[in-house]
Amino acid sequence: MKAVTGHRLFWPAAVLVVMLLANLVVTPGFFSIQVRNGHLYGSLIDILLLGSPLMLIALGMTVVIATGGIDLSVGAVVAISGALACYLISGQEDQGAVTGVLVAVALALVLSAALGFWNGLFVARVGIQPIIATLILMVAGRGVAQLITSGKNINVNSPPYKLIGGGYWLTLPFAVIVVAVVVALTGLAVRRTALGMLLEAIGGNAEASRLVGIRSRRLVVLAYTFCGLCAGIAGLMISSNISTADGNNAGLWMELDAILAVVIGGTALTGGRFTLAGTILGALVIQTLSTTIYTTGVPSQVTLVFKAVVVAIVCLIQSPAFRAKVFRRRARPEAPPPASPAAADVEVNA
Amino acid sequence: MTTLGVKGPVRIRREHAAVLVTFGLLVAMFAAGSIVYPAFGSGQVVVDLFIDNGFLLVIAIGMTFVILTGGIDLSVGAVAALSGMLCAFLLGQWHWPVAVVLPLVLLVGVGFGFGMGYVIHHFEIQPFIATLAGMFLARGLCFVISVDQISITHPFFTEWAQTRIPLGEETNLTPTVLIGLVVFAVAFWTLHYTRFGRAVYAIGGNDQSALLMGLPVARTRIRAYMVSGLCSALGGILFAFYTISASGLHEVGTELDAIAAVVIGGTLLTGGSGYVVGTVLGVMLLGTIQTILRFQGTLSSWWTRIAIGVLLLLFILLQRLLGSSRTRR
Repeated sequence: MKAVTGHRLFWPAAVLVVMLLANLVVTPGFFSIQVRNGHLYGSLIDILLLGSPLMLIALGMTVVIATGGIDLSVGAVVAISGALACYLISGQEDQGAVTGVLVAVALALVLSAALGFWNGLFVARVGIQPIIATLILMVAGRGVAQLITSGKNINVNSPPYKLIGGGYWLTLPFAVIVVAVVVALTGLAVRRTALGMLLEAIGGNAEASRLVGIRSRRLVVLAYTFCGLCAGIAGLMISSNISTADGNNAGLWMELDAILAVVIGGTALTGGRFTLAGTILGALVIQTLSTTIYTTGVPSQVTLVFKAVVVAIVCLIQSPAFRAKVFRRRARPEAPPPASPAAADVEVNA
Repeated sequence: MTTLGVKGPVRIRREHAAVLVTFGLLVAMFAAGSIVYPAFGSGQVVVDLFIDNGFLLVIAIGMTFVILTGGIDLSVGAVAALSGMLCAFLLGQWHWPVAVVLPLVLLVGVGFGFGMGYVIHHFEIQPFIATLAGMFLARGLCFVISVDQISITHPFFTEWAQTRIPLGEETNLTPTVLIGLVVFAVAFWTLHYTRFGRAVYAIGGNDQSALLMGLPVARTRIRAYMVSGLCSALGGILFAFYTISASGLHEVGTELDAIAAVVIGGTLLTGGSGYVVGTVLGVMLLGTIQTILRFQGTLSSWWTRIAIGVLLLLFILLQRLLGSSRTRR
């Protein structure tokens, strides 16, 4: 039992299971999945589909947070990527042309990766705190997105583009397949090569990792570029799902949700050890919460209250200080403050 | 570390430099505006800066306390919106007297700050996450009260919104400006002439050292968040005076503006270094950009955001140049 509850994925998984079961009690048909017109339908599929952008963004965020950074600009990148793709597609004579859509998608992704690269340069080369370096793009980015769309919502009518965020492929939503592929590739890259360990080393102690010969700056830039790219794909999904680019509202608060997903998943914001599986669980917890609230008929804005409660509970449970003070009420001298989680992580990984 | 350091003079000059650059830019922008637009240079435009940004000024001053301790408070905009909603609801629906409602609303803000500060210090939750939860909670509570915008019809609010205090021939002040100035004066005095203020700088410099020096780290940190909560609630009330309405969607993104103002004002986000005067200049600078765009007329509103982003970029690079290895994590 101890081994199960002690596993780092136990708490996020438990929260997810409890929420799904709660849904089953309220809506008896919640777990049923049907095949209609060759597509899979069902609440669980909906959660996967609607949660796809968040899962992608949180994935990129995990890599950045593993290096001890944070990327506040992902929401803005989501808006910019969707805005650019829709702008390019809407300018074409035949909006349904596959090549045109591919070019637009490619350009949007290149721009997103470039924005991530810019963040990475600021953090790794100029040496600015990640939270400030990415704040610049977070503030300015939404303005840039509106600049691209001239402040309007751009509607597109393009079947190939619609596929990205709203279409189906092999009975599954295309977006879910994309997420699965990206997660699998990322998982392979970080766990089957030394990349993951190097990232954790940087997050644990950037200076020490540089001294042992890790090219930390280059890896940090890579992490931010990857995060920008993920946000770009998510931006395509969001704008494609509604066939509209909304520079003002697309991806609003996405950065916060993504950071939450990472934290709920059990990756410490201080950097070091990270878990991709936990992040995916965290993103699903957040999406399930939103879906649950939606099906119970409570105004969707009130989701925020529940979100706050879930965040508070998950973070408190994961806080060693909280557990020490509340769960184990043994007398302990209140001398020096406990070592930071990051320091503990480095020892584990060393 | 910075203010308590022995090598004070050298450091202080550098800290002053950031504030001076902000001031210089503010003057330059204002001069440029006055040259291009003759009506720009009037005293009323200056006063309007304070009137239009009074709530942001108050919120940013609270944020300065938190950032000086090395933390961050993302909940300020949401707490401000909640204050407005509470005012509108308690006055409009329950008809409570103003003398009860306003203190109560301020108390709620302080309570939010206390809760977040307590969790941050005692349970070692990162400020970013704890105040994010506070932000979600406050915004959510706004929508629990009402999903729609509520207009405030209470005479106290409508009269307040119309009150003008004449200053010279063509210049009029509003009570909001006076409150903003009072908050600034109190904050200045607190930060520079009280033990609490000293402790705030010390914690931001290095909380371990502060603890070893015997400073009340827990109390000071929690109080800094309480100050921010109080300022947010006050800012929310001022915004309600300004718009005579309340909505859960008010002040979205105010936390970003407040953080931007503090950073532009020369305060380091790592804590321990900065001045509340700089924050005031930062807010004025943001206000001036908006005013110039309004005078210009053809530039769209999204240029404001881009301009703020570019300014942030410049100031962060400037701090890096002036500065220190301390901006680096």
